[in-house]
Amino acid sequence: MPPSRAWRDYPQRYRLEAARCKQCGKVFYPPRLVCDKCGARQFETFRLKDEGTLATYTIIRTPSQEFAEEAPFALGIVEIEDGVRLMAQVADVEFDELRVGMPVKLEFRRLFSEGSAGVIHYGHKAVPIRR
Amino acid sequence: MRDVAVIGVGMQKWGELWTKSLRDIFVESALLAIDDAGIDHIDSMYVGSMSSGLFSGQEHIGSVLTDYLGQKHIPGTRVESACASGGLAFRLAWMEVASGVSDIALAGGVEKMTDISGSDATYALATAADMDWEGIHGATFPGLYALMAVAHMNRYKTTREQLAMVAVKNHKHGAHNPRAQFPFPVTVEQVINSVKVADPLNILDCSPITDGAAAVILVPADMVSNFNKPGVKVIGSGHATDTISLCQREDLTELKAVELAAKRAYEMAGKKPEDIDFAEVHDCFTIAEIIVSESLGFFEAGGGGPAVEAGETDREGKIPINCSGGLKSKGHPVGATGIAQIVELTEQMRGDAGGRQVDNARIGLAQNMGGSGGSSVVHILEVM
Repeated sequence: MPPSRAWRDYPQRYRLEAARCKQCGKVFYPPRLVCDKCGARQFETFRLKDEGTLATYTIIRTPSQEFAEEAPFALGIVEIEDGVRLMAQVADVEFDELRVGMPVKLEFRRLFSEGSAGVIHYGHKAVPIRR
Repeated sequence: MRDVAVIGVGMQKWGELWTKSLRDIFVESALLAIDDAGIDHIDSMYVGSMSSGLFSGQEHIGSVLTDYLGQKHIPGTRVESACASGGLAFRLAWMEVASGVSDIALAGGVEKMTDISGSDATYALATAADMDWEGIHGATFPGLYALMAVAHMNRYKTTREQLAMVAVKNHKHGAHNPRAQFPFPVTVEQVINSVKVADPLNILDCSPITDGAAAVILVPADMVSNFNKPGVKVIGSGHATDTISLCQREDLTELKAVELAAKRAYEMAGKKPEDIDFAEVHDCFTIAEIIVSESLGFFEAGGGGPAVEAGETDREGKIPINCSGGLKSKGHPVGATGIAQIVELTEQMRGDAGGRQVDNARIGLAQNMGGSGGSSVVHILEVM
């Protein structure tokens, strides 16, 4: 991935910035230029909560090339309180602990690197909240 | 708009065709369709190909393939909608003939997937997902369908065995298809014990990497008597899109694009799900066939798993699904799949399906799907 492409996504990937429609309040992550609910084009930027629950999960055992060194790894869809879902790996978890509805916290982690001369990608991974 | 009929079909055996190039594979099947229709020229061609660029390092194939088919200078259009590219190519060819712009159109599809490594193919396929927001976290295609499977199993109590039974049924059907990549039966135990890909999906829950092509010829329905084959009429066509990012769907256990494409096709055809005699659906993964059979209205939400377990989707069942073997047994050269579904419907309705023949096959439905459901194309065909 070219550095410029990765760099454009940093506000969302690094800081979990989302967009809330000023007219109807629908939240978008990643942000968009037009609201798919009401058609408005004005948004306010805010930071998503970094806690949510696991809506679904899988364990990737046959990865694509870039993730060859990471596999097997757990991948999930995290549902954040604001009605937003996002995809994230689930880290620091035993695979047999994974459950739909499991509370998780988003933590800033290294995602993968593109060889010795490529971009090192960072973003958020979901980690189980153990109370 | 004019009524349109399929008058010729062609499809060579699918598999790992190491001795054949992208263009050879396509031209062989296209020539079969041309010969089947008994014609010597076509006015226009649409060819579905998901990623000739990533799989073969060759773009611009609308021109390459018309040229090598011996139809140089005709309009040749390559169509892309991920794994629904073939179905969409058929829809565009149908529109062109229906509109009166062309009288004889060829709709084809092709993918040459084995010239690159398995992990490169996994990457090429994953580009049909949302690369910036799903791919970046390591999502693969089996992974996305596995996420749907876990959600479906959690909500509807769909079982691991029911998933496996889709593969077992489709392999049982495909064993009678001489053009299938894997024409042999498998058992539930074999599926459940096969290599894990993305839990709960194993390798035998997944459609394979395949080289293959398929082609059909479309003409105005009122010209069918000029040809030497019985025509099969296109009575419904529907196409719908959805967010390609699975995260942004309202419901992880349904496929909205399939539901809407089907609704549009049913409305055009004036038919309901219970009017359909048999269907070819996009079983890229076992869970896909279960959800699709619900989204098409054959079963209520959550009813897809119990239906396959009860044999309702068997060749002898209430609504036979994937008598060709489906993507699972027949193979899944992504751009060709939607066209191969039309080939199967036509052969079934001509009574030419041999050991796969469905009794009283008069109205058939084909459902093709891109990515994790970001696009879908549905066609309904009827005997003339």
